[in-house]
Amino acid sequence: MIEARIHVTLKKSVLDPQGDTVRSGLASLGFSTVHDCRIGKFMVLRLNETDAKAAEATVNEMCRKLLANPVIEEYVFQINEVAG
Amino acid sequence: MKVGVLVFPGTWSHQDFAHVLEDVLGTGWGYVWHKETSVAGYDCLILPGGFAHGDYLRCGAIARFSPVMEAVIRFAKAGGPVLGSCNGFQILCEAGLLPGALLRNDSLQYRCRWVHLRAENVETPFTRTLRPGQILKMPISHGEGRYFASPELLAALNANGQIVFRYATPDGQIAAAANPNGALENIAGICSEGRNVVGLMPHPERAAEPLLGSEDGRPLFDAMLHAALPR
Repeated sequence: MIEARIHVTLKKSVLDPQGDTVRSGLASLGFSTVHDCRIGKFMVLRLNETDAKAAEATVNEMCRKLLANPVIEEYVFQINEVAG
Repeated sequence: MKVGVLVFPGTWSHQDFAHVLEDVLGTGWGYVWHKETSVAGYDCLILPGGFAHGDYLRCGAIARFSPVMEAVIRFAKAGGPVLGSCNGFQILCEAGLLPGALLRNDSLQYRCRWVHLRAENVETPFTRTLRPGQILKMPISHGEGRYFASPELLAALNANGQIVFRYATPDGQIAAAANPNGALENIAGICSEGRNVVGLMPHPERAAEPLLGSEDGRPLFDAMLHAALPR
């Protein structure tokens, strides 16, 4: 079985007010080294698939069609083989 | 004239639209459940506000895959008039019928209040009754209404006259103070290249009779009633 771990975040060019608010919260706690904070989504999918290459192509298509909106978001993912 | 009001699980403004169509305008209408696969018999479609499919993943992202949306896309591609308000606007963007996307308000607050809009395009099936620059008072009620488009898309929208409404001061100034959500260039509503698909964040259905404090949503419905007739 294959597990896909997907991160979806707003593009750099898109304002992330939620991330900015968390950054200023960290700053007020004294974590003054935090220069930037972006908030996104983390998804874990398990696929009935054994071929990692095929899984990569499928997950790419899923991200493009539904899991991320290419107008505002970008995504990265890792594919790992896991025990079923 | 028969208007189809789409209903997804989580839609909440369909009864407000139904009330305006039935009791204020006295026109024919019907609900279209999201599992329907045809919109035959309707001259105009409305996608109301709410939280379709719980707005899971992103606003409108799952609604776009409801069976009815294929019929809505065919209807729109054939030139049929389609209006999306609030969550309906978000669904039309996710479905690719309107360009751009709607993001979380820059204030991070859910904003529920009156706004003023300036009419920028009066050549759509829903704005033909307006004068260019006319100011309309309507309510908004949303947490994710910040319109976003890439710089290239924004330039194209301006060049093509696809910006239909901008948030304005009561005297018509496009100012940051009048912008309730951080939308680029104060954009409150846009239309498709063909002009027949219009989306806006405000709620015309909640401003269509004097009792509610504004009748400024009414001209959009009056325009719609004539949209199916030859001009």
